[in-house]
Amino acid sequence: MTLTRRDVENIAHLARLRISEAELPAYANNLSRILGFVEQLAAADTAGVVPMAHPLEGEVQRLRADVVTETDRHERYQQNAPAVEAGLYLVPKVIE
Amino acid sequence: MKLHELSVAALGRGLREREFSSVEVTRAFLDRIAARNPALNAFITVTAGRALADAAAADARLARGEGRPLTGVPLAHKDIFCTDGILTTCGSRILGNFVAPYDATVVERLDAAGMVLLGKTNMDEFAMGSSNETSGYGPVRNPWDPGRVPGGSSGGSAAAVAAGLAPVATGTDTGGSIRQPAALTGLTGLKPTYGRVSRYGMIAFASSLDQGGVLAQSAVDAALVLAAMAGPDARDSTCIERPVPDYVAGLERPMRGLRIGIIREFFGPGLEPGTGAAVQAALGGFRTLGAELVEVSLPNLPLSVPTYYVVAPAEASSNLSRFDGVRFGHRCADPQDLRDLYERSRGEGFGAEVKRRIMTGTYVLSAGYYDAYYLKAQQVRSLINADFRRAFAAVDVLMGPTSPTPAFPLGAKVDDPITMYLNDIYTIGANLAGLPAISVPCGLVEGLPVGLQVIGPHFAEELLLAVAHAWQRETDWHQRRPPEPAGGTA
Repeated sequence: MTLTRRDVENIAHLARLRISEAELPAYANNLSRILGFVEQLAAADTAGVVPMAHPLEGEVQRLRADVVTETDRHERYQQNAPAVEAGLYLVPKVIE
Repeated sequence: MKLHELSVAALGRGLREREFSSVEVTRAFLDRIAARNPALNAFITVTAGRALADAAAADARLARGEGRPLTGVPLAHKDIFCTDGILTTCGSRILGNFVAPYDATVVERLDAAGMVLLGKTNMDEFAMGSSNETSGYGPVRNPWDPGRVPGGSSGGSAAAVAAGLAPVATGTDTGGSIRQPAALTGLTGLKPTYGRVSRYGMIAFASSLDQGGVLAQSAVDAALVLAAMAGPDARDSTCIERPVPDYVAGLERPMRGLRIGIIREFFGPGLEPGTGAAVQAALGGFRTLGAELVEVSLPNLPLSVPTYYVVAPAEASSNLSRFDGVRFGHRCADPQDLRDLYERSRGEGFGAEVKRRIMTGTYVLSAGYYDAYYLKAQQVRSLINADFRRAFAAVDVLMGPTSPTPAFPLGAKVDDPITMYLNDIYTIGANLAGLPAISVPCGLVEGLPVGLQVIGPHFAEELLLAVAHAWQRETDWHQRRPPEPAGGTA
């Protein structure tokens, strides 16, 4: 598996990561090697094998009553936000 | 003995018997941190003021006779656990300004047990690494040889306990991140069964593999701390609803008749000979204690590293999408539009290894590749799980080395991700199958510690701790400490 610079640009866009022109060849090389490494899985005979969904068979995830358990703490949480106004998170203009 | 050389059990006992106060103990460790941390870089944040206040409160409880086994005993948390009001970075620059607004369940429980938080330990960025060199806050040095890595990703926790900067520390293990650094620094490191310890407030890397645990000086200390942190939690739906056994009471168990499976696949050509010899000597020690040793084969286990490097990056690419520069964490300067904000904030905030894993995960989950990579890896994961299941039908525990080599020099593997990934060749299998596993010191090779790994069936923490304790009653490898640097004062 060999990824081109173009492939890396596309993956980086899907992952919302800015990768500089200068860094592209190194990522193309490393990612190609990682994908080449994991390709040895193709040789395993998995015909009819059920993909593993959870390490513990027979354990079921709990349900809880549908009641409010959280209190409103948005002011505390928003203390970590880069930009807030009137309780709202600010981002660059989305709609022209 | 000096206070910073005492175990958790001895500190707890001395505190309850009023031989020393928690403030004295806490000061002793803070002094050690001040003296040694500049060279080791084991801590990202030291919470000295709060630690002394908590220690004074613990002393008040001890004076009223309300002391419990961990009351007033200091600890350090890996900086992956959210701590209310304290910087929580996960080793990443993208969280360089993140003050957690709540406590992780693990933090809350150990706090309730009376433990005193000394600070938050350095780690590979988002726990992605095996050497602590991917940290956004600089590498941690191994106290046994400052030119070498302490392992990772819980490298700061390992170095802190090994050097006597904390008597015990928490860690997390997604592919070996507790056991491998424990092995490389001469500690006892326990990764519990998936779901034994709550993941609430533990910053997610790969949610089907992540598990919190402990890096300690002995099985006794690990038992004491695990007992206080494990157990059901309504805030983590994957945390298993099972009572927590009394791990300390379960420590004394004869090894006679214990059936030990030696994993054939763990003694191949990649194993450094000195490490192999130390592990073989430990296996002989268990035979002397009356255990039955049989060789077992887990034929699909050699596929665990490639399986992991599909599953873990896939889950990471999803989990790390929350770091978007909008609600918390780093935001780039002057974003032109929303896409620019996302891409530059993440591009600037994440380091190279994290970006590699996010992109690997994005690729294997993308349309057209999902079946060939992700689905295939989850099928191979089933095969590996079935190998373990078959093995545990015949034996009580599995044994082998924790890491293929002792601690390696800083910089030795940073340029080659595959070489770095292969450090975890013996540890990843337990994560893929959700099994508990422990690394126990079993020797020194040219002055560097070697770890014996013991893997058990689901929820066999009590047995693993008993096996480790039986070994530690017979040997003193776990009591060996790294040399103090010349001219040290504390």
